[in-house]
Amino acid sequence: MLQKHIQHFYWRAGFGEPISVVRASEKLSAKQLFKKMLKESEVFKPIDIVDMKEIVAEMRQLREMKKEGSPLTPRGGIAVRENKKDFRKFRKEEQGTLNTTWIDLMTSEKGALREKMALFWHGHLVSRSFNPAFSQSYLNTLRENALGKFGDLLLAVSQEPSMLQFLNNKQNKKRSPNENFARELMELFTLGRGNYSERDIKEVARAFTGWDSDFKGEFVFRENQHDNGEKTIFDKTGNFKGEDVIKMILQKKETAHFITAKIYKYFVNENIDNQRVTELAKRFYKTDYDISDLLENIFTADWFYDEKNIGTHIKSPIELLVGLKRTLNFDFEEQQPNLYIQKVLGQVLLYPPNVAGWAGGRNWIDSSSLLFRMQLPALIFSGKESNISAPKDGDVNTEYQSKKRGFKANIDWESFTQNFASENTNPVEELSKYLLQVPVNEAFKQNIATKFQTNSEGTRRATLALMMLPEYQVC
Amino acid sequence: MTSRRDFIQKSAFATVGGMMIPNFLKAFERQNLGKNQTSEKVLVVIQLSGGNDGLNTVVPYRNDIYYKSRPSIAIPSEKVLKLNDEVGLNPAMESLRSLYDNGLVSVINNVGYPNPDRSHFRSMDIWQTASDSTDYLSTGWIGRYLDANCAGNCVPYRALEIDDTLSLSMKGEKVKALAVQDPEKLYKQITGDFMSKIAKNKPATEHDNVAYLYKTLAETASSAEYLHTRSKIYKSNSDYPQGELGQRLKTISELIVSGMPTSVYYVSISGFDTHFNQVNQQERLLKNYADSVNVFVNDLKKNNKFKDVAIMTFSEFGRRVKQNASGGTDHGTANNVFLIGENLKRPKVLNEAPKLADLDDGDLKFSMDFRQIYASLLQDWLKVNDKTILGKSFEGLGLL
Repeated sequence: MLQKHIQHFYWRAGFGEPISVVRASEKLSAKQLFKKMLKESEVFKPIDIVDMKEIVAEMRQLREMKKEGSPLTPRGGIAVRENKKDFRKFRKEEQGTLNTTWIDLMTSEKGALREKMALFWHGHLVSRSFNPAFSQSYLNTLRENALGKFGDLLLAVSQEPSMLQFLNNKQNKKRSPNENFARELMELFTLGRGNYSERDIKEVARAFTGWDSDFKGEFVFRENQHDNGEKTIFDKTGNFKGEDVIKMILQKKETAHFITAKIYKYFVNENIDNQRVTELAKRFYKTDYDISDLLENIFTADWFYDEKNIGTHIKSPIELLVGLKRTLNFDFEEQQPNLYIQKVLGQVLLYPPNVAGWAGGRNWIDSSSLLFRMQLPALIFSGKESNISAPKDGDVNTEYQSKKRGFKANIDWESFTQNFASENTNPVEELSKYLLQVPVNEAFKQNIATKFQTNSEGTRRATLALMMLPEYQVC
Repeated sequence: MTSRRDFIQKSAFATVGGMMIPNFLKAFERQNLGKNQTSEKVLVVIQLSGGNDGLNTVVPYRNDIYYKSRPSIAIPSEKVLKLNDEVGLNPAMESLRSLYDNGLVSVINNVGYPNPDRSHFRSMDIWQTASDSTDYLSTGWIGRYLDANCAGNCVPYRALEIDDTLSLSMKGEKVKALAVQDPEKLYKQITGDFMSKIAKNKPATEHDNVAYLYKTLAETASSAEYLHTRSKIYKSNSDYPQGELGQRLKTISELIVSGMPTSVYYVSISGFDTHFNQVNQQERLLKNYADSVNVFVNDLKKNNKFKDVAIMTFSEFGRRVKQNASGGTDHGTANNVFLIGENLKRPKVLNEAPKLADLDDGDLKFSMDFRQIYASLLQDWLKVNDKTILGKSFEGLGLL
């Protein structure tokens, strides 16, 4: 395969690859490439940094302290206050660590396909929680089921404590139904607008009554809160429960089409080719929503490598950050820049803006985000502190994301530049072929080529120049 | 109904026209000469991020329920700066009271929206996009104001956010506003040796998105240059209070007096998420807010510009009526909004005080949709069709 096509595959199915991996892939076919990447993602290892038992114990302790003193007397009040403060601080730190642990997994060499797909699902089956144990569990569920059957993923995410809380199913009870989950389940997660009625929403909400989680963060079905009456959903009548509804939603072909279209937009082109999506969706439905099979159909198709699909995708902040790290094979000395960059550019893992997820595409770009994106490589190369303040959303629980210290990175320039060392040719040509997925102005390239020497330092500078181009923002 | 979301999704695919790099400035100057499609008025939006506690800002000092609900954080009635028989300002806001006494302030109570959301993110989203709480929009209300007002040549600096990053409120479909913390810093950033070379570079590809990136860069460069020259015209010598807000309002005043063709300025300060030890922290913030705004108003007055300026202050939600166990308050719902200006049709306290005996699960019920205020500002002040921008019509309030 052509280098450009190999890189196209690696950028879309993952977060780009080091030049050594790209070069080692030259003899593989698209099918072999995909199989290789799938195999590398075969094993699922849960993230295990938050201890739910500890959190439960702390919460219980807080409750008991509250009981002892009346909440408004200063006596019991102060102790509770101090403890609560510590507790919150600790929780925030864990939430941050969870975020950067996931970034590390995306950056580490193997398993990028699984993490990329989990990132997609995070923006689709959206949830958010301030309890790091809930976040961890939700994240692991996304990662575990990312490449399996969509039905399994949907059911598992729907039963996550994070989701039950985020979309208020905890408040969805027989006597006072809450429709939030039912509505978003159909509108945003599966069918899309126009494929269900307002009545369906009411009835689906009744079917999910009683879905709750206990204080340990385990899913529970509360029989006494469940509405056992007859429901009519999609013109079928029966005594349906939540699990039945999920099956009925999957039986509707509209669900396969809706998910396929979104995957196509994310992985192929934001301009949808309706005929292709229809074909893909048909097969997705027939294979009982096999996600890996759908991805294989996309990444091994000839049309995926059409010129019009290459270099058209504006990198999300996570793709940009993880891509930089994979390309140059580095880590920051501290974890903070990972959070700060996400915050400045508007995509913080585990903090999607709302249940509709990140809008993506051109929504990532405005004058200030573009300038920051262009200057980011220079910041990383120099290790200097940024002079841009990250936005503050006013929430005491997310302030920690905005701190900007510690940009030092351990880039091994010797190894990187050696890949482009050659006695006869200027490295700029090879570098731009590797770093950019679209052609770049010849005169500009010549300008760089003559300006920098053909040694390691020259290659380093040329790398920076190319990474600062707007063309680096697309893949 | 064709939802706005569908509309936005469709037009997201619209292509970028030709590159508009050169002659950008000239084109704008031309447009300005014949500028009559909108008013010359300026709107300044101040966002208090974190959910300012409205009940300790505009205090219902005659209400027993208020004092019973907040035994350790209520403001004693003798300290309250009385506005009328029912409500008065937090004692830290002495300088706002003096503006109020001069008929320059409208206090609007119980502002909110149906099915309120208590998450910072979501509620701020709703205020910034002016959506229903069941809708998710990817454009902001000021961004859509820019869209609606841009025939052909659109310049980002018709709306400026005085900050390093741009809020959703300022992002339109076709036009996005410009974020600038300090015009000089932005100018240096973009005129840096390499950056300016890139800005003059021409892409070798026809890809829409690459063209879009270059267009954004070119617009940023010419805007930065324009701001750089304009902002030098007037330097304020007023003594603004220390802190972010004061410095940012000073920048705004300099830009207004310098004659920037900017209709909307946006600025936000945070720190209002007062779950713990609220009283001191909130008073410090409110004092800084009131003092900064007061200096700003007088600075503009001195330069005969205040008549063209309206200032709106809001927060994404108010806080619960009952205090919590940590000397603070938790996330609530309806809140008050301040409108400051010389041309107010309805100065003073505009509507009824919060009804503390009639709560919704411990939270205030809203009686005024925030989009009614937006509609008034768009229609009466900026002289544009509010319905196109807000997606539906809201009963105006005749504020200005």
